[in-house]
Amino acid sequence: MRITRQEVEHVARLARLALSEGETEKLQEEISSILDNIAVLNEVDTQSVPPTAQVTGLSNVMREDGTWQSLPAADVLANAPRRLDDFFLIQPVFEDSQGESEG
Amino acid sequence: MAGLDQYEVVIGLEVHAQLLTDSKMYCPCSAQYAAAAPNTHVCPICLGLPGALPVINRKAVENTVLTGLALNCEIPPFAKFDRKNYPYPDLMKGYQISQYDAPLCVRGWLDCEVAGERRRVGITRVHLEEDVAKLLHVSERGESYSLIDVNRSGVPLMEIVSEPDIRSAEEARQYLVQLRAILRFLGVSSGNMEEGSFRCDANISLRPLGSDTLGAKVEVKNMNSFRAVFRAMEYEAVRQAEVLASGGRIEQETRGWLEAKGITVSQRSKEYAHDYRYFPEPDLPPLELAPSWVDDLRRRLPELPAAKLARLQEQYGLPAYDARLLTAEPGPAQYFDRLVATYPNAKVASNWITGELFRLLNASGKQIEESPIGPESLAELLTMVDRGEVSNSAAKVALEEMFASGQSAAAAVTAKGLAQISDESGLAAVVRQAIAANPQSAADYRAGKKQALGFLVGQVMRASQGKANPAVVNRLLAAELEKR
Ligand SMILES: [Zn+2]
Repeated sequence: MRITRQEVEHVARLARLALSEGETEKLQEEISSILDNIAVLNEVDTQSVPPTAQVTGLSNVMREDGTWQSLPAADVLANAPRRLDDFFLIQPVFEDSQGESEG
Repeated sequence: MAGLDQYEVVIGLEVHAQLLTDSKMYCPCSAQYAAAAPNTHVCPICLGLPGALPVINRKAVENTVLTGLALNCEIPPFAKFDRKNYPYPDLMKGYQISQYDAPLCVRGWLDCEVAGERRRVGITRVHLEEDVAKLLHVSERGESYSLIDVNRSGVPLMEIVSEPDIRSAEEARQYLVQLRAILRFLGVSSGNMEEGSFRCDANISLRPLGSDTLGAKVEVKNMNSFRAVFRAMEYEAVRQAEVLASGGRIEQETRGWLEAKGITVSQRSKEYAHDYRYFPEPDLPPLELAPSWVDDLRRRLPELPAAKLARLQEQYGLPAYDARLLTAEPGPAQYFDRLVATYPNAKVASNWITGELFRLLNASGKQIEESPIGPESLAELLTMVDRGEVSNSAAKVALEEMFASGQSAAAAVTAKGLAQISDESGLAAVVRQAIAANPQSAADYRAGKKQALGFLVGQVMRASQGKANPAVVNRLLAAELEKR
C-alpha cells in the first residue's frame, strides 16, 4: 500500500513536524512499507471479536467530587522554558487563530 | 433585501456549559478558577504531565445525566471517553478528553415558545468533556507574546448539541433562554454567558423553500450574549441570501461574530480540515450506567421551568406574564412558593416580588437568594397591609427599611412610624383642619363637584405623612362636609 506525498505532509503537519524535501520522500517510502507490514493483521478474521479499547475489564471508575491541595505555582512553573510572573510565557498566538481552539 | 423570503433558515446550536462542581473533571484540583491567582489550581494531571492518570468526577457525570434527563434524552447503557487531538497552546496534553461516539445522553428534545407558538427542538446529544487553559494575548512595546493560566484547564464542560431544527434568530434565542433556565433550575451550571460559563456556537445555512437539500453550513463563533446570538443569526441569514442572490456560493467555513461592528468575518485559520484523530481514552474505563442508577437520578429531577410556569398559572391563577417573570430564574420561583405558603393571595405576592422586591434587588445588585427580606418577613408585611395596620404606600417604605436593616416587618413599621391611623378620633382633627384650610374645595364639594373630595383626601394624607387610612379619611371627610 503506497501512501501519497500529500498524506505524509498532512500527518507531518498534525504532528507539528517540519520535513525537508528529502525527508518527505524518505518517509513516504518508509511509512508505506510499515503499513504493508501492519496490513498482515487485516488477514485475521475478527468478525466475532468486539472492538477492544480496554483490557482491564473495569468500568464505572469514578471519584467523589472533592478537592486536594494543588501544586505550588513554583512547582507548576519549574520546567517552564519561559515565564512571566506566575504565567507560562509562549510565542504569540492570536485571537484570530482561535478557530483552532474548541474550548 | 436580497430575497431571504425564498429561503428557510436552518440553525443548529452547540452549547458548552461549565458544570458547578467543586473539583475538576479528571483531577481533584479546585474548579473555582475565576478569582484564583494564576496557576494555583494545577496538578500533574491537569497540567498534562506524562504518566499522570485522570479519574472521572462522579458529580460531573451525574450533572450531565440529569441534564440529559431534563432534556428528554435516552441514557445509553454504555458510554466512554475519547481523546480529541489538536494542537493549540490552551490544550495542555495536546488532546482534550471528550466523548466521541458513545456520549452520555442522546436523542432528546426541548420545547420553547416563539411568538406564542410551541416549537420542539431536537437534542442530538449531551456529552462531557473538559475546559481548556486560558490564554492572555499581550502586545506591548513592539513585543508580542501569550501567557498561559492553567487553572481553567480540566474544569468540567458539558456540550449540548441541538438538531438543525431551529428556524429563526428569535427561535435560537428562545432555545438558549429555555436551555439556560433548565440548567439553572437543575443547579448544574451558572449559565453565565458573560463570564463564559455558558457558551454558544451556531451552525447556520439556508435551504430554498420547498427543497430538502441543505446549503453549505457556516459555523459562527464568538457570540457572548443571547442578544449577540440573535444579531449574528439575523446578520448571517441575510448575508447568505445576498451571496446566493448575486450568484455566489456559500463556502463551508467558520466565521467569527464581531460584536462592535455587528458583522461576521471569515476565520481563515483553517487551511486544512480538522482531523481530530479521535480514539478511545485508554486511561479511563468506560461507564456502564445501570437503568436503576439512571432512575435514581430521574427521581432527583426538580420541577423544571416549563412545569413551574404551567403550575403557577393553574394552581394560583397567575397571569402568564407574572408566571413567566417568576420562573425565568430558579430563585424567584422558590421565593414565590415559600411566600404563598404563608401568605395565600398569590397575585399580591407576585406583584410585590416582581415589583418592589425586584427593584430593591436590582438597585443593590443582589440575587433574590441573598435578599435580606426572606419570604416569611414579606408575608408578615403583606398581612399587616391586609389588616389595615399599614397602608400600601407606607408598606413600600417599610420594605425599603427592612431591606436596608434586615429588620422584621413590625419592627420596620414601628421604627419608621408607619403604622396606619385608622382610629377615627385620631383623624377627626386633621380632617376638620383640611376643610378649614381649603374652603374653596369644601364649597365645590357641597355644590356637587364630588371630585373635590379627592383633593381633600390628598391633603389629609399629606398632613398625616401617609399614615392615615385612606378609606377612613374618605368616610370622615364626606361625613364632615355633609354636616352643613
Ligand atoms: Zn489538577
